Amino acid sequence: MNWAEFFAMGGYGFYVWGTYAFATVVLVLNVIAPLRRRKAVMKMLRELSQITRGQVE
Amino acid sequence: MKITKYASPVIFYGFSGKLIPWLGALTALLLGVGLYLGLFVAPADYQQGESYRIMFIHVPSAWMSMFIYVVMAVAGAIGLVWKTKLSEILASACAPVGASFTLIALVTGALWGKPMWGAYWVWDARLTSELILLFLYIGFMALEASIDDPRRAARAAAVLALVGVVNIPIIHFSVEWWNTLHQPASVTKVGAPSIHPSMLAPLLLMAIGFKVYFVTIVLMRMRSTILLREKHTRWVNELLETKS
Repeated sequence: MNWAEFFAMGGYGFYVWGTYAFATVVLVLNVIAPLRRRKAVMKMLRELSQITRGQVE
Repeated sequence: MKITKYASPVIFYGFSGKLIPWLGALTALLLGVGLYLGLFVAPADYQQGESYRIMFIHVPSAWMSMFIYVVMAVAGAIGLVWKTKLSEILASACAPVGASFTLIALVTGALWGKPMWGAYWVWDARLTSELILLFLYIGFMALEASIDDPRRAARAAAVLALVGVVNIPIIHFSVEWWNTLHQPASVTKVGAPSIHPSMLAPLLLMAIGFKVYFVTIVLMRMRSTILLREKHTRWVNELLETKS
């Protein structure tokens, strides 16, 4: 198979690759967001538990 | 072992944590094979040439946009009736993923519409009802974020989700009820699907891949929310001490 032909997509390259690129970006962001949120939540809860422990002692 | 056991946040948290890596691997496998078949193996369409390959993203995304909305509304309804915390958390986790798939369906539809119809956007019944779906997701998230108490926020958002369910059959039947530019269904129509197996296989693989992806992301989102909501319990405090 010819790669230049593959990327040209019969003249529809912009629309076809635009579709795959947009979907990839949105779906990857949806993976990154919960990973970052989990980190932030863990950090916040750790700080919170240190504060409450400090008050008890 | 009873199924209700998984409705307990602590058991759900542990169980979903074990499940996520497997679901992630399954997502990669399904989407990998689906993309390979869709981009390299399936032949060009006799009418639309290579442009029809947009379908392998567009159609499964549109299916997901409606499927996730129904899951969100049903989870919201269960939360309203039985006051189950996990169903509220599930509904809340669905919204951003559903909004993402709706956005993908709209943008990829525009990218398909331009070469085939000559316009990125037309105010057609199918396109307009799908745009309303995006606004419903955004409204759900905005309403939820505007109320401080998480349980009250979940109840208000669930009512909005339930009212919006009326839009789902409108999207589905819009191509039959109104004269639209959008083509009618090829796969889900009564009788055999009017699509060749070499194109149907990647379409279904992408659709199943998106479903497993959705479950993976929703579980990831739910786990963080569970930690936040259960922060005063002993198991969360023990978890914070043991896990680095």
